[in-house]
Amino acid sequence: MEIKHTAVAGTMESSDALVTIENGDGIQLSITSPVIHQFGNRIRAVVLETLENLDVRNAAVTVVDRGALDCTLKARVEGAVFRAADCSEHGIPWGGGVK
Amino acid sequence: MNHPNKKRLRRSMMFLNCQKPALIKDPYIYKPDSIMLDLEDAVAENQKDAARFSLFHALREIDYHGVERVVRINGLDTPHWREDVRVCVAGGADVIRIPKCTCANDVHVVEGAVLKAEEEFGREKGSTLLMAALESCYGVLNCLEICKSSDRLIGVALSGGDYTKDLQTHITGTGVELNGARQMMIIAARAAGVQCFDTVFTNLDDMEGFRRETEMIHSMGFDGKSIINPRQIPVVHQVFTPTQKDIIFAEKVVREIDTKKAQGIGVFTVDGKMIDIAFYDGAKRTLMLAKAAGVYGGDLI
Repeated sequence: MEIKHTAVAGTMESSDALVTIENGDGIQLSITSPVIHQFGNRIRAVVLETLENLDVRNAAVTVVDRGALDCTLKARVEGAVFRAADCSEHGIPWGGGVK
Repeated sequence: MNHPNKKRLRRSMMFLNCQKPALIKDPYIYKPDSIMLDLEDAVAENQKDAARFSLFHALREIDYHGVERVVRINGLDTPHWREDVRVCVAGGADVIRIPKCTCANDVHVVEGAVLKAEEEFGREKGSTLLMAALESCYGVLNCLEICKSSDRLIGVALSGGDYTKDLQTHITGTGVELNGARQMMIIAARAAGVQCFDTVFTNLDDMEGFRRETEMIHSMGFDGKSIINPRQIPVVHQVFTPTQKDIIFAEKVVREIDTKKAQGIGVFTVDGKMIDIAFYDGAKRTLMLAKAAGVYGGDLI
């Protein structure tokens, strides 16, 4: 998927994550989390896998994690990507790219 | 179609905002019978898309430990409901709640979209159940046709806030403004053989009032109540679960009717009360409810 403009999904509330997607060259990933030492690698893996599933190859991704479960992280990354591509409202590939 | 979960125990149905990950990650710890993941009023208009992604992964990845997963979609007058139906079916929601239902055709329209989504996502046809929320005078007046509209329909729920607005009154706390709707809905639901659920009670500081209302709707015949806070769950379950005294009496009634029928006796007494065949179904229902609630292990059901 192509990132057309900057987009955000999520919140700073507990158990959530705020994900920002911007145009980039390749994938640049920045993660902030109170549990970075315990789960940093896991958060990175979930975000990168979600981007790969959506075929996002060029994007600067900023994740401010507030203790989100994997399912929430995926949802926030997908929300930001689909918003950045202007196609978040209809015809989502549930079970396809979104899995 | 005879879906195995169509008439399961639904004493408590707890609303949860799909926009809030903290709310939807572990509500099963409070042990409601059903949760209602809300895509409608609780979700801000510009967050409908994000709520759907959260819902999809919650349905697919969170183990709700047997708690039924109902999803309230957006109304048929919005641009959101079709995508809501797609995500519900793709995620494997147990039941879709149709808001602001006014007539049987509303159910048919959603049913058509659900069938299409079941085909698209390879789900078994008929596996997604439906329920209808009645939120207007027109909807209440059409309750019987709504109750009979689809084999997928588990039941109807009153939405008191919108209904009283349409009635040009407000929630008084006495229940007088909801009497007509409650009475019509429970009669229609029973006539059609579906379940009937009461509206929420929003004053969390008035737990005595909540208990009184729950006892009242239980006496009226309702199957359960929509709730907004885990504190309300034990009250509803206590009111809707038969007591040991009820269970023992119901067992006696069933046994005595079975025995006396074989002896050609139609009317007799149990514990000083006159009993005839008219009590049989009620006693059986008490035992079924008790068994579903896990407080009856007998063999009469």
